[in-house]
Amino acid sequence: MSTLQGAGVHGAASWRITRILSLRWIVWGAAAIFFLNLLGVIAVVIANSFATHWFGSWLPAGWTLKYYAQSWQNYQLSGILVVTLQVAFAAVIVSLLIGTPAAYALARRNFPGKRLMMLAFLLPIMVPPITYGIPLATLLYKLHLGGTLTGVVIANLVPPVPFVILVMTPFIEQIDPRIEAAARMCGAKTWQVFLRVLAPLLVPGLLAAALLVLIQTVALFELTFLVSGPGSQTLVVALYYAVFASGIRPAQAISAMAVIYMLTTLVVLVVTLRYVRPTQMVGTVR
Amino acid sequence: MTLSETPVASEAIAGPERRSLRHRLADRGVDRLLLLSLPASLFVLVFFIYPSIYGVVLSFRPLKPVGAFGNYTHFFGDPFLRGSIVNTFRIALPAAIFNVLAAIPLAVVMRGAVKGQRIINTILVIPISLGTVLVADGLLNYLGPNGWFNRVLMAAGLIGHPLQLLHNQWGVMLSLVITGFPFAFLLTLSYISGIDPKMESAAATLGAGPWRQFWHVTLPLLVPGLAITFCLSFVLAFSVFPSATMLGNPNGDSHVLAVAAANTAFQQYDFPMASTISVIAAAIELLVIGAVLGLRSRFYAGTTTGKG
Repeated sequence: MSTLQGAGVHGAASWRITRILSLRWIVWGAAAIFFLNLLGVIAVVIANSFATHWFGSWLPAGWTLKYYAQSWQNYQLSGILVVTLQVAFAAVIVSLLIGTPAAYALARRNFPGKRLMMLAFLLPIMVPPITYGIPLATLLYKLHLGGTLTGVVIANLVPPVPFVILVMTPFIEQIDPRIEAAARMCGAKTWQVFLRVLAPLLVPGLLAAALLVLIQTVALFELTFLVSGPGSQTLVVALYYAVFASGIRPAQAISAMAVIYMLTTLVVLVVTLRYVRPTQMVGTVR
Repeated sequence: MTLSETPVASEAIAGPERRSLRHRLADRGVDRLLLLSLPASLFVLVFFIYPSIYGVVLSFRPLKPVGAFGNYTHFFGDPFLRGSIVNTFRIALPAAIFNVLAAIPLAVVMRGAVKGQRIINTILVIPISLGTVLVADGLLNYLGPNGWFNRVLMAAGLIGHPLQLLHNQWGVMLSLVITGFPFAFLLTLSYISGIDPKMESAAATLGAGPWRQFWHVTLPLLVPGLAITFCLSFVLAFSVFPSATMLGNPNGDSHVLAVAAANTAFQQYDFPMASTISVIAAAIELLVIGAVLGLRSRFYAGTTTGKG
């Protein structure tokens, strides 16, 4: 770099190029450091879950599987997993059932107050759950739904319902309404138009929306934390309580639970990424 | 005869009137199809809008008879509670600014068809989907005095003794970077991908170097997107909760607004006071978003002139 610097016009140009190149490498280097730390955060949990003892050394003293069994029994993980799956699938199904028709109406009609309605659907996604979670929990407790599975499902529906609408509205907009008109002209009834014309066209969008809702619901902590009771905790809330009450149980059992949570999330993530671009996972909120 | 004729006549007048109302509504897009949006609208109304209003109303009804503004005067009169605003800003603002600023160069480099882009995006989505609780649990082991982070730094000779990164604001901020940076990056990437590369090419033909292209063309076009990215990043960081209690010092410098609200609700069972804290948090978020978007409109209006 310094040898080129004094070489006149040509030198100045290549100096600039090397500077840009080195900037590029600085950026890549910073990204690599981020990735290494992320890997470390995840690997440390996995390593700890298999550790017999681990104190003051680079790696655990020995390896064992016993903490998985202990974690599974002590935290009653089978029950928690069932609750997690029930909540997640209920959230997916109900949000699609409620959200898709609304998205259809919003995509096909312009009406007075539509902007206001869109704003009302945007807010639950933009506003962090902890800000409206406490009044929502208060309301659900008043309705005697606090601590119940129904209450947890309702709380877990608050972000997904608007989310499905926001994902599906542009998706339906790009389906040509003349296709529906053509089907009607050929004598199709309304339900036939929906089932045999629209539904097949909607499948890719519905699949993407369903997977995005699924992955968000598994990780949704705040609302479940505020609403759930002893029998209605999802995995992420159980993990939080386990970390919080650490000291009662061995740290490895907590890590084993964290690994089980991580596996659940990663399975959903791998499936999701087959159908959805990574930028889509944050880009819908705009 | 005249009596029997009148209703017929009035119906003849009313008939087209009624039809035309329906037609007029249909012309403006109001017809039966809108009923499809009813369930979703009702749901959001009952479980989001109503609780939000209920929370505001509740905040003006303190448990003790201290007047409608009693909760608010209590919040701002108590240094510990009032201090949670400062704590939240001291954690959220650096984290959000860092995340957005760090996202820009990476998004610039990753723009267009870069080899391995999909893999990098996939890796970045992992912390978002794992969520704050798991990241906080991992950091609890990773950042500890005997954790790998300190060990590597000590082995490299960069530090003499382990850094204290847990149970203070550092741990909370680092967790916000791990989950918040990928979020800010993916948003910025989607905004920067929306900018036509021909803009920079045009600047290049006029003799602008890479820096000037970035500074005078790309960045001004990116500012509206960056403003939104910052708002979302800030709101995410401002509502930090699980990592503040797990990694921070929730009774000291990590006593953030969300922790204050949750503790008031579930340890003191004072839901009106908890709602008050939520309302204050929401009001501050709105103020910051309003300020940023206000600045954005000013900034953007000044520089679009070159967009032509």
